[in-house]
Amino acid sequence: MPTAETTRAAAHSAGWFLENAWIIPIVPAVAFALIIFFGKRLPMKGSELGVASMVASLVLSAGAAWQWMNRVDDASSGAVKEVARIARAEGGQSASFVGPVVREWTWWQSGGLEFGIGQHIDGLAVTLLLVVAFISTLVQIYSLEYLRGDRRYTHFFAALTLFSAGMLSMVLAPNMVQLILGWEIMGLCSFMLIGHWWEDQANARAALKAFFTVRVGDVGLLVGTGILFFSANAWTQANLGVSGFNISGISAWALSGEAGKSALTWGAVALFVACIGKSGQFPLHTWLPDAMAGPTPVSSLLHSSTMVVAGVFLVARLYPVFWEGLGITENSVNFIVVIGGVTIVIAALLAFVQHDIKKVLAYSTVSQLGYMMMGLGAGAWLPAVFHIFTHAFFKACLFLSAGSVSHSGSHHSFDMKKDMGGLAKKMPITATAWIVSTLALAGVFPLAGFFSKDEIIDNVGHNGYQVFMIIGLSGAFLTAAYMTRATYLTFFGEARGAAAGVHSADVHSADVHSADVHSADVHSADEGHDAHGSHDAHGSHDAHDSHAAHGPHESPKLITIPLVILAVLAIFAGLANATPFGSDWERFKKYVEPSPAFVALDDTIATGPGEAISLVGAEYGEGEEKAGCAYEVPEPGTACYFPAVSHAKFKWSKGLLSLAIVAAGLVSSWFFCVQYYTRRNRRLVGLTERNVVLRGGYKLLWNKYYLDALYEKVIVRVVAHPMARGAYWINQNVLDGTVNATGRISRRIAGWVYRNIDQRVVDGAVNGSGAAAQGAGGALRPVQSGKVNQYGALLFAAAAIGALVLVIINT
Amino acid sequence: MEVLRDQNWLLTVGTFLPMVGVLVMLFVPKSEEETHKGIALVTALATLGVGIYTLTQFDYDNAGTLQFFADAEWIKVISSNYTIGLDGMSLPLYILSMIVTVLVMVYSWNHIPSPGNPKAFLILMLILQTGMAGTFVAQDLILFFVFFEVVLLPMYFMIGVWGGEQRQYASLKFFLYTMFGSALMLVAFIALFFKVRGALPEGVEASFSIPMLTEYGGLLGRSAQIWIFAGMFIGFAVKVPMFPFHTWLPDAHTQAPTQGSVILAAILLKLGTYGFVRIAIPVLPEAAKEWAPWIGLLAVIGIIYGAFGCLAQTDMKRLIAFSSVAHMGFVMLGISTLTPMGFNAALFGMVAHGLITGMLFFVAGSVKERYHTLEIARLGGMLKQLPRLGWILGFAAMASLGLPGLAGFWGEFPAILAAYSPAEGLPVETFRTFMVIAALGTVFAAAYLLWLFQRTAFGEPKPEFSGSGHDSHGHDSPGHDSPGHDSHGHDSPGHDSPGHDSPGHDDLHDVTTHEWIAWTPFLVAILVFGVYPQLMFEIFDPAVEVALRAFGG
Repeated sequence: MPTAETTRAAAHSAGWFLENAWIIPIVPAVAFALIIFFGKRLPMKGSELGVASMVASLVLSAGAAWQWMNRVDDASSGAVKEVARIARAEGGQSASFVGPVVREWTWWQSGGLEFGIGQHIDGLAVTLLLVVAFISTLVQIYSLEYLRGDRRYTHFFAALTLFSAGMLSMVLAPNMVQLILGWEIMGLCSFMLIGHWWEDQANARAALKAFFTVRVGDVGLLVGTGILFFSANAWTQANLGVSGFNISGISAWALSGEAGKSALTWGAVALFVACIGKSGQFPLHTWLPDAMAGPTPVSSLLHSSTMVVAGVFLVARLYPVFWEGLGITENSVNFIVVIGGVTIVIAALLAFVQHDIKKVLAYSTVSQLGYMMMGLGAGAWLPAVFHIFTHAFFKACLFLSAGSVSHSGSHHSFDMKKDMGGLAKKMPITATAWIVSTLALAGVFPLAGFFSKDEIIDNVGHNGYQVFMIIGLSGAFLTAAYMTRATYLTFFGEARGAAAGVHSADVHSADVHSADVHSADVHSADEGHDAHGSHDAHGSHDAHDSHAAHGPHESPKLITIPLVILAVLAIFAGLANATPFGSDWERFKKYVEPSPAFVALDDTIATGPGEAISLVGAEYGEGEEKAGCAYEVPEPGTACYFPAVSHAKFKWSKGLLSLAIVAAGLVSSWFFCVQYYTRRNRRLVGLTERNVVLRGGYKLLWNKYYLDALYEKVIVRVVAHPMARGAYWINQNVLDGTVNATGRISRRIAGWVYRNIDQRVVDGAVNGSGAAAQGAGGALRPVQSGKVNQYGALLFAAAAIGALVLVIINT
Repeated sequence: MEVLRDQNWLLTVGTFLPMVGVLVMLFVPKSEEETHKGIALVTALATLGVGIYTLTQFDYDNAGTLQFFADAEWIKVISSNYTIGLDGMSLPLYILSMIVTVLVMVYSWNHIPSPGNPKAFLILMLILQTGMAGTFVAQDLILFFVFFEVVLLPMYFMIGVWGGEQRQYASLKFFLYTMFGSALMLVAFIALFFKVRGALPEGVEASFSIPMLTEYGGLLGRSAQIWIFAGMFIGFAVKVPMFPFHTWLPDAHTQAPTQGSVILAAILLKLGTYGFVRIAIPVLPEAAKEWAPWIGLLAVIGIIYGAFGCLAQTDMKRLIAFSSVAHMGFVMLGISTLTPMGFNAALFGMVAHGLITGMLFFVAGSVKERYHTLEIARLGGMLKQLPRLGWILGFAAMASLGLPGLAGFWGEFPAILAAYSPAEGLPVETFRTFMVIAALGTVFAAAYLLWLFQRTAFGEPKPEFSGSGHDSHGHDSPGHDSPGHDSHGHDSPGHDSPGHDSPGHDDLHDVTTHEWIAWTPFLVAILVFGVYPQLMFEIFDPAVEVALRAFGG
């Protein structure tokens, strides 16, 4: 039973970095404008502005992170400041609610309603700010070398900088509208960057596909925001003084017990549709592999570590809505966890048949995003968010390594089968970074992925989602396996094509069908698929012709240093939340996971322009685990902001099981690769041609489950051509036809009236009277004959008649 | 009804100042073309100056009250007075009309379309300006009607004389169709007057004054309101244009010269929607509630149908014209919700659409001038040959599809939201369905705009335009517009007849200084209002609350 003791908060003592975190997205936004207008005239063509702005953002983010950690520490240590301590009535354990640092300025108002633009800084925001700023900085430094000499060097840096501005503004958004702003700006930059070499129509098409697919999902974002806004607004205005767009407001409303179930469910479903599009979940994942058409730095920044996690971020940010709306603790299956689970497997399977190294990584990203979603869907909030953190490092490292290989090893080709092999000796740094990151991705102890991915799998099982735990474990096996394959093809075995120093003209052509040993008919269905993106040579090629003579070699420092930094992080980042070592090691949890404590409402200071909001916690006492927010309705006068998620206790038995599975994947795949690629074991080569089942399976994978065919050839064609033409036909022939027909009929009627009525009747009457007059005259003319006899006869007749009349009258 | 009467000469001056310029120009001989351009531009700038002065004198704290209110006797016999005023709803549109005229004048400096005759062309433009500004300040129904009609004739001539190949058909259709709607609207106005006169309480004099009618219009019986609304609806709906009354628009836009298209898209279409928010809905609340679902239905049909129409186009200008139908669908959806959020979204959308689609038509005109064609199939690689023009097209396309951060978003997003919770008495489920359909419409908008951009700007230029030699004029195959109707015709006497310009590399110059001067205000405004929409919302909001008083706010 919560008691009323509260601690009053002081405002404005959160720390400079925390209070002014809103500057973080503005710096790159300004840099973008400067690069666009002045970039070309600068000595480094604008890239210096980009890198500088990213470093500035990084410094500010680091400062904010530092101060946030202090803030949390102060709360738990007892120094009062502006956070509250809540003591449990029994048990003596204290949990504190650490208020986020919120500032808003009015952005829009209508009919008494308003929302603002500003910041909402808490542990999740700080994490993402750091990740985005850090990886953006490294990628920009990498791009200095990678895109040297590119024809649109300045625009590249401009778009990259704008992207970072967009994502940073989304991450610290205090309300849904600013989140949507950041979301869409990222989509725009993704479009511009994927289509960076738009001279090649295939790249332009890939860019369009990305934008368009995500846009389809964004219908859900608009509808979901609308549903949540209108459902939550009354409650949030009354209790917290904020609009129904406000993220804290919506979260509190969702957990208040007063929220309508259907509004929550439909809102959650609608928002998740948007996440499916943005984060490449099945079935809207098809744009991600095609997005590899963009330059490798773009793939490593947007399409692996930052932009694509926006959907995961949205779910994590508005977690109470999904928790309540989709019944995460009540059932053992829900929309999110199913989609996540399916995505893990289908993407992993697709990674096995790729020839393009970047596509392997793309499908791996899709699969890992599936892990994050599955974790969130099963109530494993912290492991999923931690996986965002660790995955960013090793995935970015993998992509940048692939770029390094293409830059200096395979002469701008990304085709593993054709142009790579045996590069470990020639490119030791790159190979080491790659291998370390692969092991981290696979989840080998004690590298980063072990501590995040395995925690997801563990907690998924702990929360009652057994089936999905098994899916997660299978995914781990598959991940280890396909990454081993990619590693083997790239770095081991015999060198092929460009990696062997063969400078073939084919490498530079836009047509990149790698001739596969397998059947050609499987290939023919691929006509449209891989045309875009097996290499991104066009721009940077010109400056590197001198390399042709050297053969593969290690990349320059500007490329390898970011690789090393990321590889180191891939090794050690997991220790930020090393659950197996005990709760003292769970730093990430301490600083990032919000507290499920009840918070007193009457002490909430409503936001005004530029004001900081401080929330204070109410004391509540509970002993059991499954209590608190989301399990109890908050007492009147208090609110909940985060559900009481549960955490699985780590057991080495579980850990060893997953390590064994991973090891099995690594070893079996290595063995297979050696047998198949190097020794050409006769039992394996051509297997998919001989075996019908395997051939069918391969074909299904090669054609990406025919989803692209469905989307492009069926859905888009039906809409773009018949329906559009039909609508236009109706427009021209039915609607406009009516208008034109009205015109024509009016003229016909007018003509008819003119001819028949005017000319015949009315004018006819006029003419007729003339004719009558004429006729009468003609009839009377014979009287004037000139014959005297006739006149005499007429006179006599007239007199006789006159006399007769006189007689009759007088009688 | 409270009004502010300070400086009430201001609006009259602002509205009729262009006519002064017309008078001066009438006496200058036709051949002195530079003089005419100078006088016209000076007049437009002076008008804009008056407009800016109005902006500074406007009392923003009282944006819901009619300001600069003037009321003079005009036609006593029919109780129609010269009543004018300006409030938060009309101020932005009023200023926008002046800005657009100035920018179009700047653009026209080098771009008088064939057959030339700047005197006539610019006089008509100034008359058009008076008509537009007058419509936005008129507070008397007859006065409103007069100004509403005044805009028709100059536009008819602009299209009919200076337009494209099928200009006769397009201009006539435009004129008759709109007039047909206006005729019904006039009948409705008159019926309204008589009905209200019959229902007025003692001591109140009947007139055509909009404030008075807004106050007492609710007294009419429901069925009377519905019929009168029907008449007004037809009149305004043709102008908006709403499906299915929109078919005049593609032809008018395609055949009109660039300046005509820009003015048509930027301002003239707004006269219809303005009529709804100023007259039809506030005066007849009962009818508005009856009609709202139907208006909403036609609006969302317009959104989707307009998008489909766009996808089927092969001509760039026609595609942009259909996109106007789709955008106006969002505006009408916002209006049909009868909520402050919807109205605010609609008003913002009006201004945003004016800026964005005006910009798109400018770009189209420039493309036509350089490539001598607007066939999408023949265009391509604009980013390579004319990078700045390509970027502007991209910017305008992104704004048009509603990217947040640019003005278009604030017209679409709140409109979609507002549909979730329409005013009391309206069928909620129906409107929520509209909301989902409208959200789908944003996907289609992305489709047709990005498709247009990809086809015209990305890729390589088509062989026709990429060669270094001159393409001979024989290239003007039958499908090609004959050069006589391009807006690129120059009017200086020493110049060759337009027939001499050969398409091909020579004409492909990037954005000129004149074009920059004409376009930069648009581009800046699209960005500024996109990033900080509060600038306009704080002006609209109070006036909208007043207008929607009858609906429970």
